[in-house]
Amino acid sequence: MSVDKAQVAKIASLARIAMGDAELERMVPELNNILGWVEQLGEVDVSEVEPMTAVMPMAQRLRDDVIDADPLTGGGVQGKVLANAPAAEHGFFGVPKVIE
Amino acid sequence: MTDLTELTVAELRDGIRAGDFTAVEAAEAFNANVAAADALNAFIVKTPEIALKAAALVDADRAAGKDLGVMGGVPIGMKDLFATRGVQTTAASHILEGFTPEYESTVSHNLWSAGATMLGKLNLDQFAMGSSNETSYFGNVTSPWRKAGGGNEAMSPGGSSGGSSTAVAARLAPAATGTDTGGSIRQPAAFAGICGIKPTYGRCSRWGVVAFASSLDQAGPMARTVRDCAIMLGAMAGFDPKDSTSLDEPVPDWEAALNADLKGKRVGIAREYRMDGMDAEIEASWEQGKQMLRDAGAEIVDVSLPHTKYALPGYYIIAPAEASSNLARYDGVRYGLRDLPEGAGLQDMYAATRAAGFGDEVKRRVLIGTYVLSAGFYDAYYTQAQKVRALVARDFERAWEHCDLILAPTTPSASFPLGSKDDDPIGMYLNDVFAVPASLAGLPAMSVPVDVNADGLPLGLQIIGKPLDEQAVLDAGLALEQRAGFTARAEKWW
Repeated sequence: MSVDKAQVAKIASLARIAMGDAELERMVPELNNILGWVEQLGEVDVSEVEPMTAVMPMAQRLRDDVIDADPLTGGGVQGKVLANAPAAEHGFFGVPKVIE
Repeated sequence: MTDLTELTVAELRDGIRAGDFTAVEAAEAFNANVAAADALNAFIVKTPEIALKAAALVDADRAAGKDLGVMGGVPIGMKDLFATRGVQTTAASHILEGFTPEYESTVSHNLWSAGATMLGKLNLDQFAMGSSNETSYFGNVTSPWRKAGGGNEAMSPGGSSGGSSTAVAARLAPAATGTDTGGSIRQPAAFAGICGIKPTYGRCSRWGVVAFASSLDQAGPMARTVRDCAIMLGAMAGFDPKDSTSLDEPVPDWEAALNADLKGKRVGIAREYRMDGMDAEIEASWEQGKQMLRDAGAEIVDVSLPHTKYALPGYYIIAPAEASSNLARYDGVRYGLRDLPEGAGLQDMYAATRAAGFGDEVKRRVLIGTYVLSAGFYDAYYTQAQKVRALVARDFERAWEHCDLILAPTTPSASFPLGSKDDDPIGMYLNDVFAVPASLAGLPAMSVPVDVNADGLPLGLQIIGKPLDEQAVLDAGLALEQRAGFTARAEKWW
């Protein structure tokens, strides 16, 4: 499978990365090279194989249903959460207007 | 007085414990080397005052008769992929420039608890994506090594942990943290003539480590000796309830159990690792390694890992897929860069921020990842790669029926000049051809320097072990180290 410029533009928009014409043009052969190379995986017979999702066998761990069990990851840290925000207003993350 | 920057982690720790010198003296010596090495560009942020302050606390603890910890007073470099409270953490990206975490990664926290102190944050490939350290927003790291008689060509320190490999090889730090997703500890260790071990997936917590590909990322130590790696890995590893993939297993005392006698051990040589057109010097070092392990008492056996050829292309589907998902968090809303063009809406802000904040290689991988996860291509690429990954892991499981360890080259070549592979992403990816299979299978694997090539550049050998058997990997590493007697070092030019 290979991609053309319109498809790369579509992927870039799905990935939320703005790209100009020149950059899209440049990406087309780069992505096609990589996609052409990974295509060889199609040679492998995987009909009897389950896809691997975890490399070490592990049971899902659940934490106790306790509010603020860990002071680091619990609540009450609004100041820390917002400390690196590019725009924090009134204790929230500020973003451009979404609804007119 | 001895030059403290020539000492190993073990020697520094023991010397400070015995009162031969103080932790502050050690920190001052390394701070001075760091300050004088800007030409290498190994550090993004230097923290000499933090090193000194922490060292003074270690010295005070010693005066008070307290236990100093397994790395008491040893200054280290911290790869800038680990969140460090109050110190800028960027993953070598523009999008995180100026980000100062309000929390500490578990691995760095563990190291400080064990008495280590921090010299600064080390440069790396942007978001750990790269094998040459040429994708950092903060500029390339230059290896301290140069070709013998080959002029002043700047060489690659390897990637992504190239700041770490350079700092250790150039005596800017006795040890440094690295992270390995598809070879990012082992390949730079091999290029720089030092040791590095990636433990079993889940040994070291990923909490507070900037995520690249979560099912593969694993932290590990890089240092000049196998013993130092054993010490530091012991300090880094351990169960962490904050990481859902953290292994709830006891951490053995790897240093105490180190033993280079390999009697009774079978070491496998995978026939599929012998590739067409293989570098003759790499092949020769591999032969030497076999002989060294035989000499240490091991039996060498042939094994087969039939899906080796598919590991690398499989990796370059799985890793970008996970990266595209992980890097979705960089959107200009909660932290890091925000690019808000005049009159832009929310979607435009995301797209502009990510366009300005990510480098070319990161964009390339995010796009590949987005593509292989998109409707219509998911099964053909992503599910197929996950199935191939299962086959790669099964190859190793079958090999363990015949051997306890596998010996392989770490890299297909020695270091190369910076800029020489710029226009060839796949050629760059091939650097990790020997490293990636163990990553896909989550196995512990280590690189140990064994020789130099005709250009005087280091060559490393890789030991791959069974899950959770870091001890056997370290023991075989020690056997190689003792027999190789690798003493070559980069001549100081910086």
